[in-house]
Amino acid sequence: MEQNYTKEHATKELLTKNRSILYRSFGDRLFSYSVFGLGITVILCTVLMALVLYGDGAEAIKKFGFFGFLTGRVWDPGITMEFGAYPFILGTLITSLAALAISFIPAISVAIFTAEYSPRWLSSIIDNLVNLIAAVPSVIIGLWGIFIFAPWMRDTFYTHIYMWFLDHYPTMLPIVGNPIGYGMTTAILILAMMIIPYTTVITVDAVKKVPKEQREAAYALGATKWEVIRMAVLPYARGGILAGVMLSFGRAIGETMAVAMLIGNRNNLPFSILGPASTMPSVIVNEFREAVENIHLSSIIAVGFYLFIISLIVNLIAAYIQRKFSLTGARTI
Amino acid sequence: MGYPITQKVENNFPQSGVRSKIIDHMTLRLETKKLSVIYGTIYGIKDVSLPIYDKKVTALIGPSGCGKTTFLRSLNRMHDLTRNTLIKGNVYLNGEDIYAPKVDPVMVRRRLGMVFQKPTPFPTMSVYDNVIAGLKLVGIKNKLILDEAVEKSLRHAALWDEVKDRLSSPGGSLSGGQQQRLSIARALAVEPEVLLMDEPTSSLDPQSTSRIEELIDTLKKKVTIVIVTHNMQQAARVSDFTAFFYLGSIVEHNTTSKMFTVPENKRTEDYMTGKFG
Ligand SMILES: Nc1ncnc2c1ncn2[C@@H]1O[C@H](COP(=O)(O)OP(=O)(O)OP(=O)(O)O)[C@@H](O)[C@H]1O
Ligand SMILES: [Mg+2]
Repeated sequence: MEQNYTKEHATKELLTKNRSILYRSFGDRLFSYSVFGLGITVILCTVLMALVLYGDGAEAIKKFGFFGFLTGRVWDPGITMEFGAYPFILGTLITSLAALAISFIPAISVAIFTAEYSPRWLSSIIDNLVNLIAAVPSVIIGLWGIFIFAPWMRDTFYTHIYMWFLDHYPTMLPIVGNPIGYGMTTAILILAMMIIPYTTVITVDAVKKVPKEQREAAYALGATKWEVIRMAVLPYARGGILAGVMLSFGRAIGETMAVAMLIGNRNNLPFSILGPASTMPSVIVNEFREAVENIHLSSIIAVGFYLFIISLIVNLIAAYIQRKFSLTGARTI
Repeated sequence: MGYPITQKVENNFPQSGVRSKIIDHMTLRLETKKLSVIYGTIYGIKDVSLPIYDKKVTALIGPSGCGKTTFLRSLNRMHDLTRNTLIKGNVYLNGEDIYAPKVDPVMVRRRLGMVFQKPTPFPTMSVYDNVIAGLKLVGIKNKLILDEAVEKSLRHAALWDEVKDRLSSPGGSLSGGQQQRLSIARALAVEPEVLLMDEPTSSLDPQSTSRIEELIDTLKKKVTIVIVTHNMQQAARVSDFTAFFYLGSIVEHNTTSKMFTVPENKRTEDYMTGKFG
C-alpha cells in the first residue's frame, strides 16, 4: 500500500511537473513576454510621437508660452508672425461637439431600427450601407461636399437664411455669417454624416449582445416592444453605446481631409454659424506646405502636439465612462 | 386582484378518474385544452390538457426536453416572441381564452408573473426600480404606493432585511440567490393572479433554495403557482398537484400526495425513483 502510493504520487508529480515546465510554463512565458514587449513598443511609440511633436513645436511653445499658445487668438503667418491656437481649438471643439450632438439621435434610431424592428433583409441592406459609408475615404466625401453638398446647401438654405436675417434682424448677421457654402455648418453636417456609421455599428452590436433573458424578463412583466427596449435593452447596452459615441467623437476631432476641404479655412476669430472657420487638423494640413518661417512651422507642429493631447484626454475620458457604465463590473450570477 | 372565477371544477382528472375530497371545493384558475406547441415542424408539447387550481401549487416534473418549459411559456404567451412557433389548442385564464384573436399578449403577461431559471434582475437598475418595473409599466407613479409595494414585495420574497439599506444599489450587485429573490419580488409587485416559475432554484445554494420554498408556501395563500422542477423532493415539499410530462405529453396528473405514494403509471414511478430521466 505504502509503496504503491508513493509510486503513484511520484508519477503524478513528475507528469505535472514536466508538463508545467516544458509546455505550459514555457509557452505562457514566451507568450506573455512577447505580448508585454509589443505592448511596451506601442506605448513607447506613442510617447516618442508626443516627444517629437513637442520637440519640434518647442520653439513656438517657448515663445508664446504653454498656455499662451493655447489661448492666443491671433494666427498671423504674414506680417506679425504671432501664433496662437485658440481659434483652431475652438473650431475643433465646436465642430466635433455639434456633429456629435446632431448625429446621436439619428445614429441611435437607425441602430435600434435595424437591430430590433426591421425585417432581416432590410437590416442587412442597412448594415451594408452603413459599413459602406464608413468605408468611403474622407477625401471622396470632401469632393462630394465641395461639388454637390455645399452648393446645394448654399442655394437651398444658407442664402435664404441669410436673406431672412438681413430683412428681420440685420444686427445678427455677423453671427450668422457669409452664406458662401463653405463654412462651419457645412463642415458640421458632413462630420455628423461621417460619424453616424461609427455610432450606429457599435450601438447595433451592443444592442444585439443584450441577452435574451433580459428581454424576456421585461416581456414577462408585460412590457411592450418599446418598453422592453427602454427598460431592458438600452440600459444594458449603454456601455457599448457610450463607447461608440466616444469613438465617434474621437474621430470627429481628428477628421482632417473632409473638414479642411469644406470649412472654408478662416484662421481668425470670430467665427460665425455659416461662415468659414478652421480646426486644428485643417490648419495643419492647409499650412504645412507653405510654412517658410521656422516659427510658423513650429507653431503648426505645436498645434499638432495639442491636438494629440486633446485626443489623448478624450480617449481617457472615454475609457473612464465606458468602465463606469459598462456592466462588466456588475456581478451576474 | 379580484378577478371572478368563472369555472367550477368538474371531474378534471382524465387519467385517474379519481376525485379526492378537496377538489370539490376548488376552483380553476388556469386550464389548457389540447394545447400543442410546434417549433417549426417539431412538437414541443402535444395535446396537453391540464387544469391548474386556484391558490394551489402545481409542480411540473419530467425528464429533460419533455416540454415543461414549453408548456409553462405557453401559459403567458411567451412563445409569441419567437419566430416559427405555432400554438394549437386553448389556454383559459378564469375561463377566458388567452389565445383568442382579440386578446393582447401584453395584457396577458401582466396578469401572470414569471420567474426564470436564471435570475434576471435588470442589472443597471436599482433594487428599488427593479421591484417597481412592472408597476411603472401600468402607469403607477405615486411614490407612496410604490414605496409600499417595494417593501411589501421584498418582504414577501424574503429579501427585505438583506437589501433595505441598499435599495438604490444596482440589481446586478446582489448575490445570485438575492437576485433570484429580487426577480420574484419584481414579479410579485404587480400582484399577479398566477406565478409561473421555471426551475427557480436550480442555480441556487441550499439555503436560498429553502428560503424560496418557504416563500412558495406563503405565497400560495394569495396566488396560484406553477413550478417546473427537476428536484423530486422539492416537488413533494412545495406542491399540491403534480403533473408528469414525458415526450411532450402529460403521462400522469394527480395530487402530489397521491402521485408520490401510489403513482398509477409505471413510467411515473420509474422516473420518480430515478430509473430514468
Ligand atoms: N425554440 C425552440 N426551437 C425548437 N425546438 C425547441 C425550442 N425550445 C424547445 N425546443 C424543443 O422542444 C422540446 C421541449 O423543450 P423544453 O425546453 O420545453 O424542455 P424541458 O422539459 O423544459 O427540458 P429541461 O428540463 O431540460 O429544461 C425539446 O425537444 C426541445 O429541443
Ligand atoms: Mg426547461
